[in-house]
Amino acid sequence: MRHAVTAAWVVFLFSIPLWMTDLYILHILISAGIFTIAAISLNLLLGYTGQLSLGHVAFFGIGAYTSALVSLGFDLELTDSYTFVFAPWPVWIAFIAGIAAAGLFGWLIGKIAFKVRGAYFVIVTISFAEVVRLISLNWVDLTEGPMALNNIPPFGVAIPGLWEQTFYQKLPNYYLILVVAIVCYIVVRRLVRSRAGRAMIGLRENEALASSVGVDVTRYLVLATVISAAMAGAAGGLYTHYIRIVDPDIFLFIYTVTMVIMVVTGGKGTTAGPVVGGLLFGILPEVLREFASPEVQWVIYGVFMIAVVFFLPQGIVPAVTSWWKARFAAPEGGLGTPEGAR
Amino acid sequence: MLEITGLECRYGKVSAVRGLSMVVNQGELVTLIGANGAGKSTTLKAISGLLPPAAGRIVFDGQDISDASAQRILSLGIAHCPEGRRIFPYMSVQENLDMGCYLRRDADGIEADRRRVFERFPILEGRRRQTAGTLSGGEQQMLAIGRALMSRPKLVLFDEPSLGLAPNLVETTFEIIAEIRAEGVTVLMVEQNAYAALEICDRAYLLESGAVALQGTGAELKDIPHVREAYLGG
Repeated sequence: MRHAVTAAWVVFLFSIPLWMTDLYILHILISAGIFTIAAISLNLLLGYTGQLSLGHVAFFGIGAYTSALVSLGFDLELTDSYTFVFAPWPVWIAFIAGIAAAGLFGWLIGKIAFKVRGAYFVIVTISFAEVVRLISLNWVDLTEGPMALNNIPPFGVAIPGLWEQTFYQKLPNYYLILVVAIVCYIVVRRLVRSRAGRAMIGLRENEALASSVGVDVTRYLVLATVISAAMAGAAGGLYTHYIRIVDPDIFLFIYTVTMVIMVVTGGKGTTAGPVVGGLLFGILPEVLREFASPEVQWVIYGVFMIAVVFFLPQGIVPAVTSWWKARFAAPEGGLGTPEGAR
Repeated sequence: MLEITGLECRYGKVSAVRGLSMVVNQGELVTLIGANGAGKSTTLKAISGLLPPAAGRIVFDGQDISDASAQRILSLGIAHCPEGRRIFPYMSVQENLDMGCYLRRDADGIEADRRRVFERFPILEGRRRQTAGTLSGGEQQMLAIGRALMSRPKLVLFDEPSLGLAPNLVETTFEIIAEIRAEGVTVLMVEQNAYAALEICDRAYLLESGAVALQGTGAELKDIPHVREAYLGG
């Protein structure tokens, strides 16, 4: 039953471009997909280890900038006589480099997280994102600052000498993002149901107890941060090669807030939560634009958000799950909130 | 079995334990009593590796575990039941028990031990899929003790097992601890309820400002006027 539902969803998502020819809607779905990947990555930290990273956009942006720079190449005038020249690399390698760079910074932040928790972790992550934003704004030699990096090459696939396609169109980008999102979803799902996942949930629920039963708290915090950051970096790379321009505004705090909203309203600590939240809050503003003036749009958006938090404090997914269980399933328990919201 | 000499522990610059020495023999039920801040919980944390000692030696079964990691100490056979919230509230009963044997990988042994916990506490078996946070206080206590046993410990450290429990549950808890000891598990218990602790223990140590002030059997300590006045209420 569960498998059938999952399969139906996947088929549906893959079929969308076949019957949906409106490119604008496809674009909305692509952006929502990119944000969903970021939300999935944030959920691993926020939902499973209980650490609120309010600088998550930094990892997204680092992935975006690294991937853009590696694929474009850059010159750095290190001294008067010596200029470091970095030749452009293929986009896929740039994408991997972006993931690796984001993961590396995730490792650093994870190490710091061992020392500072709670409110201090929040401050560290916010500051980190702000520092990265200021660097991207001011290191004009490297990042072009507010002039932005332009003409970033898109993804592409090729069989050498025979056939090639560069992803200028929306269609291949849609499929690329869908596949990456599914991979990220599966990675998180497998991770949280493994021993490592139990350790993370344990340290979220009761850190003193978790360490007393032998969970290596630092190790799993760092692991979660690295995976989460790398995934956010992947989302950033997808973004940068789709939009094909990246500027320091990518690091704006509002994007982190959007990710947090997606995770919390969807249901933090559930695998499906960030997907539901990501799609909902990725698509909702665009839908509202159809029939409401800009001022009213944001009012509706805000009211909807407050309503969700007020009536479904655990998030949409846990609420639907428990309603479904109460209605249809035998009272077996265990499925609704085992890895679920607090 | 456990021998501590000259233990010193610090939280930053504040020293909580200053030169504590004590012994727990195989099969004993030993208790640490003393006022708040005397260093009881800190001592347990040092033994289980959660707080690395600043100085001193801790020897367990002939091995020096002063600098060993919490994981290593647990796998040598010391389980720690910390004070405060004793369970993982949003995990099911069974998941809580599984956390107790987090470091073990022998599926058959784990299953056997789980059976034994359920035999000891049948009420938990009926609720194995229930979210642990929805159990009653007494059931949560049983779950916490069951979880500690899941690592198949030789020595269990109980930190304030009676804290925050209703009076009838306090008694049940001490009965369970006595039972565990009767089955051959050595117990070291920190307890504020000095009267009850001295009743069930073999030997007791009275801690005052981070060091052992007095020691003896439970009955001996109960007869000392200083102990009666300061810890047993006259």
